[in-house]
Amino acid sequence: MSGGKSPVPLFKDGKRHDGRGPMDLRPIEMKVGVLNNANGSAWVKFGRTEVIAAAYGPREPPKFMSLPDRALLRCRYHMAPFSTDERKNPAPSRREIELSKVIREALETVVLTHLFPRTVIDVFVEVIQADGGTRTAAITAASLALADAGIPMKDLVAGIAVGKVDGHLVLDIDQIEDNYGEADMPVAGAVNLDKVVLLQLNGSLTPEEFNKAMYMAWEGIKKVYALQKKALEEKLRKEVNL
Amino acid sequence: MSITPFNVPIVPKLKRETILSLAKRGVRIDKRRLDQFRPISIQLGAAGKAHGSALVSIGNTKVLAGVKIEPGRPFPDTPEEGVLNVNAELVPLASPEFEPGPPDENAIELARVVDRALRESHAIDMSELVLIPGEKVWVVWVDIYVLDHDGNLFDASMLAAMAALMDAKIPNHQVLEDGSVEILGPGVEPLPIRKKVVSVTLGILGDTFIVDPSLEEEAVADGKIFFAFDDSGNIVGIQKSGPAWLDFKKVSVAMEIARNRYHNVLAALNKAFQS
Repeated sequence: MSGGKSPVPLFKDGKRHDGRGPMDLRPIEMKVGVLNNANGSAWVKFGRTEVIAAAYGPREPPKFMSLPDRALLRCRYHMAPFSTDERKNPAPSRREIELSKVIREALETVVLTHLFPRTVIDVFVEVIQADGGTRTAAITAASLALADAGIPMKDLVAGIAVGKVDGHLVLDIDQIEDNYGEADMPVAGAVNLDKVVLLQLNGSLTPEEFNKAMYMAWEGIKKVYALQKKALEEKLRKEVNL
Repeated sequence: MSITPFNVPIVPKLKRETILSLAKRGVRIDKRRLDQFRPISIQLGAAGKAHGSALVSIGNTKVLAGVKIEPGRPFPDTPEEGVLNVNAELVPLASPEFEPGPPDENAIELARVVDRALRESHAIDMSELVLIPGEKVWVVWVDIYVLDHDGNLFDASMLAAMAALMDAKIPNHQVLEDGSVEILGPGVEPLPIRKKVVSVTLGILGDTFIVDPSLEEEAVADGKIFFAFDDSGNIVGIQKSGPAWLDFKKVSVAMEIARNRYHNVLAALNKAFQS
């Protein structure tokens, strides 16, 4: 929604600019346990959007930084300088500071922090390639990394964004659809518990469109969730076979 | 990096239980209904040197917004549009919890939430803010100053920003041949405002939603959810904030509660500009 006119038609004959239908997700790949040092890690790819997440802890917090009844959660969403079309300054932008906050607050709802008082649990997400939907890919990867680290959670968190392009609601928008579309609504949820843990809307929707967009998001989240489970299963299978 | 707040005052268990059990019965600690705002007041032109300003009170929460309009360069990707900048400061005089220093994640979130609602709704026609295409445009600065924090900074800041923009006048100016812009003095021409945007924030108390949470309600709430609306009732911004979750089926309920109340805020805004 940076304004201007899209270089390609965003919605034509029921198809989007990359040939997808309104409910189609981009090709999604996930891998768990991709880093050696982290207690848990995950690599997630939605089309050309690519993120890596690592989880550390529960571990000892810095001095004067703890809660007597539960663990602290620290979260950083960060974009690699080479992840965007033009080099991004590596210093955290206002956008990254806000997204770190909404991702942390989404994860706080599922992580059983009260099991680990006076400790800290860290989740770091690096965006390697940005092509739309980075925050939802980030939270998807973050919850996989936490699960991989063996940190108890009420449920996994899966995310997807619904957008509006040329007046049509579409699932899992990419960069072009985000830039030239009329709305971008990232949603993340704990599907087994039927809970929405992250919800934002940039752009304009009628109340009817909003309700429809929520249902579309939930359909997408269920698919992402199934892939998350598969990725975790794959890693466990490998470990058992060793 | 975002960290779980660890130096917040502890809310007495008794108070938490009182507020939660009252909410379950449909009442609130300050006797409001669950969907009722505190009294809203708007004072325009509260900051004399700003090109537009508004002091908004919602109950005991006070937010001052000032608009400055200055000539500047457009963004390279939008050469024929003016620039909108929204910034928020949680100044230390507003609350014992606010510290001096650069904006923290709460201030940044507040500014960005207001910014997006104004920007994505196309509340201002930015194409009318061009002085020399590709070279010079008006840069509209909205600075949100929280003066007294008693909860619901989202709605107070959104309203103060909108009122200050509506109050603003483009400075009297002259574009010189060398491409510079000379400011001649205060102007009379308002900004090209196309839509009025107001917001309604709900506190999330378990399964119950409360409109316009006060500070003590926010302290016991799991989080809040902000909905911005334009004057035709379209949703032009949402932000779930705080470590809360919502039932999937309750999201549309929350939206409807908010949408049933945005008229109240819009009425307060309109009233301020009638007198």
